[in-house]
Amino acid sequence: MKTKKQNKHIYWNPYFGGFLLGILIIFTFFITGRGLGASGAMKSSVVTIVDAAAPKHAEKNSYYSKFVEDGESPMNNWLVFETLGVLIGAFISGSLSGRIGWRVQHSPKITRRRRLIFAFSGGILFGIGAQIARGCTSGAALSGMAVLSTGGFITMLSIFGTAYLFAYFFRKNWI
Amino acid sequence: MGPLIPNDIISFEWSSIIAIIIGIFFGFILEASGFSSSRKLAGVFYGYDFAVLKVFFTAAIVSLIGLLYMDYLGYVDMSRLYVHPTYLWGAIIGGAIMGIGFVAGGFCPGTSLSAVAIGKIDAMVNVVGIMVGVFIFSELYPLFEPIYNGYFQGNITLVDSLGVNPFWFVFLLTIVAIIMFFATDLIRKRVKKVFY
Repeated sequence: MKTKKQNKHIYWNPYFGGFLLGILIIFTFFITGRGLGASGAMKSSVVTIVDAAAPKHAEKNSYYSKFVEDGESPMNNWLVFETLGVLIGAFISGSLSGRIGWRVQHSPKITRRRRLIFAFSGGILFGIGAQIARGCTSGAALSGMAVLSTGGFITMLSIFGTAYLFAYFFRKNWI
Repeated sequence: MGPLIPNDIISFEWSSIIAIIIGIFFGFILEASGFSSSRKLAGVFYGYDFAVLKVFFTAAIVSLIGLLYMDYLGYVDMSRLYVHPTYLWGAIIGGAIMGIGFVAGGFCPGTSLSAVAIGKIDAMVNVVGIMVGVFIFSELYPLFEPIYNGYFQGNITLVDSLGVNPFWFVFLLTIVAIIMFFATDLIRKRVKKVFY
């Protein structure tokens, strides 16, 4: 008997997820006056590591020094706490649906190693880009759009536009 | 009335706890919407799964309409909200680099974190990559500084730069999004299914 092939994972309806995310953004702006973020915590981590490993160097560098204050840890930051929450929340959701497990997810057409190399280099580009644009998909694009920020709209168009332009070159990794 | 913390209605000491609670909801929504799967995310660029586009634009429109209503009804003062600043070329070039990073790595920072939480090793590698990227940027900061600090136009909104009426703009954006949602469903029917 032929069974209908379908994806193993059942996720929320995207409009439902989007609606709740929109409500969360309203709530975040209502309480804190700012939007959500994700790459900020990674920047704080890098600043903290560099500041601990080479404090002189961090002080001299004009980018790290923006985020290092005397007697104040860069990790004591709204976005760092929010990111801890993201990890907890995603873990709860994954546990409820039985999605927890160590694995490398990749297309059957590529090797595990190739997937990891691309995940790493994609991350490097994202890290550089998120600093240049002062925020990532969450902090610049989504939270920016919620308050009609011109920069937020431009960043969003640029991220998705470029990703579509370059999708052809990376097609082997995904389809 | 709002925003509550900047207006001292909720004291600043609460902000870390509120940050964790907001984060928990954010992480839960991302994971439950399937954003912990890079193959689902990448689907938006190849036409086999448009969840990213649907979640992203639904969230943007719901938050825009909600904030405009709350401003209109006096629950929140929109002029007190933080508007992401516009550095024209920083936004374009930074966005373009992120776009390539997105389609190469299959994650953006928020989705990557939600995947780390459920044990995806490729997401952990991606997060390390993002941190290396931040490190490279910081070390080469003098090189990037002209686009990072240049072409600054202030914390402007589309109302300032295009002179549009915000209510009409959001109305038109909503219609564009609905058309996009229908169009993507048509595209998805024509594209070969990918199972992951």
